Amino acid sequence: MSFPDQKSHFSVSELIFGDNGPYTLSCSGPEIVGMSGISGIGKTLFLRALADLDSHRGQITLDGQNCSDVSAPVWRSRVALIPAESRWWYHDVKSHMTSACSSDELVMLLESLGFEDDVLNWQVRRLSTGEKQRLSVARVLIRKPSVLLLDELGSSLDKENCDLLETAVKNFQRRYGSPVLWVSHDQEQIDRICDRLVIIYRDRLEEQQLFEEDKA
Amino acid sequence: MQVTALSVYDLSIASGLVLLLAFLSFRMELGLARQMVFSAARMTVQLLLIGVVLQSLFASRSFLLISLISLIMLIAAGREVRARLKRKIRGVFGFGVGVGAMFISSFSITLLALLVILQQDPWYEPRYAIPFLGMLLGNTMTGVALASDRMTSLFYEQREIIEQRLMLGETWREAVSDLRRDCMRTGMIPMINAMAAAGLVSLPGMMTGQILGGTPPVEAVKYQLLIMFLITAGSGFGIICSIRLIERHLFDDRHRLRLDKLYFED
Repeated sequence: MSFPDQKSHFSVSELIFGDNGPYTLSCSGPEIVGMSGISGIGKTLFLRALADLDSHRGQITLDGQNCSDVSAPVWRSRVALIPAESRWWYHDVKSHMTSACSSDELVMLLESLGFEDDVLNWQVRRLSTGEKQRLSVARVLIRKPSVLLLDELGSSLDKENCDLLETAVKNFQRRYGSPVLWVSHDQEQIDRICDRLVIIYRDRLEEQQLFEEDKA
Repeated sequence: MQVTALSVYDLSIASGLVLLLAFLSFRMELGLARQMVFSAARMTVQLLLIGVVLQSLFASRSFLLISLISLIMLIAAGREVRARLKRKIRGVFGFGVGVGAMFISSFSITLLALLVILQQDPWYEPRYAIPFLGMLLGNTMTGVALASDRMTSLFYEQREIIEQRLMLGETWREAVSDLRRDCMRTGMIPMINAMAAAGLVSLPGMMTGQILGGTPPVEAVKYQLLIMFLITAGSGFGIICSIRLIERHLFDDRHRLRLDKLYFED
């Protein structure tokens, strides 16, 4: 497996949306930045603004390129948001997985998430919550985004499912040098996977120390 | 052959049936009595008025007057489309989309029929123009309203799916392609069903009217075919126009779903 030395650099400057902000943050791949904050403070809205799903002011740049200079679909395929609860619109899993990647890569990715390759023929309505969430990660990762925005991913899952998810995300971002912004309210998960942690308040972001001894 | 003129006595027998039904509904506590009597009374007044208006219109053949009446009919239809949406579109656009779609579906089609097919002298001969416009407006309005209502409702109900498709880098057109098909279908089904049933299950109103008026059945059938084709095509064009306008309106330039442009009304 090759480890390309390209790293994505993602930065947010003076971001304002609704009553929130201004926020400034920057991260480079392969880095996992945890984000926490009291409920209702706007964590999800923050991620939505980054993916350009809601209107906002301020600058968001990826590798020096401004969000507003790129078409929205292109931006979102690079800055990928994975929401807490996945929705599905075709009957089978396979139809959601179309992308430019080779079928070998897809099979490898699915295996790393704990699936056998016949999962592609499964019906969506028969998937469990954990399976849905793992597959929702797969359907994003095969599109090889430059930045991952994860909204409470794995928080509602059992340890086994959660471990699979975390490992798959870590492998991906190390391989492609993608920064990850991981919203979580699970302190153990944050200590386990994040390189640093920011706390979001209505008007600012605050860096918070992690317990280094907990990290591998 | 002359149509038998109806006396007040004839009509009161028919309306008596509605009153009987209202009384029954009242006794059985079905909660429709008031509405039924009110609607029947309203219809009576409206139709009597239009009867008087048409009579003087046919006599005068004034182009200005016909234009004015057509315009009022069009605006009323646009208003009706808007009224039938459960989730309405804010602002002037909400009204404009109905009027725009009805203009495409009825106004332009009626013009085409008058100028190219019927070729009366003058071309706006009110005896043809007003009934044709009325039939087109009345029938295409149902399709346009159904499709528009379906679209605003679906966008609201399926907002999470639409947004998750956008998150995967789809354009707004791709993200709503399945919904668009659904809306088109919903709007067209009544007309497709009506065509399937025409002649077998139902004898359409216009044809029946002409036959009662003494037109030979085959001639009446030709007119009915003409009007059915026009209504079907008009509905289709009107629906395409309305769903195009609505879907474009509910996304902004950054391909964001803008449900804040809708509001709910019971």
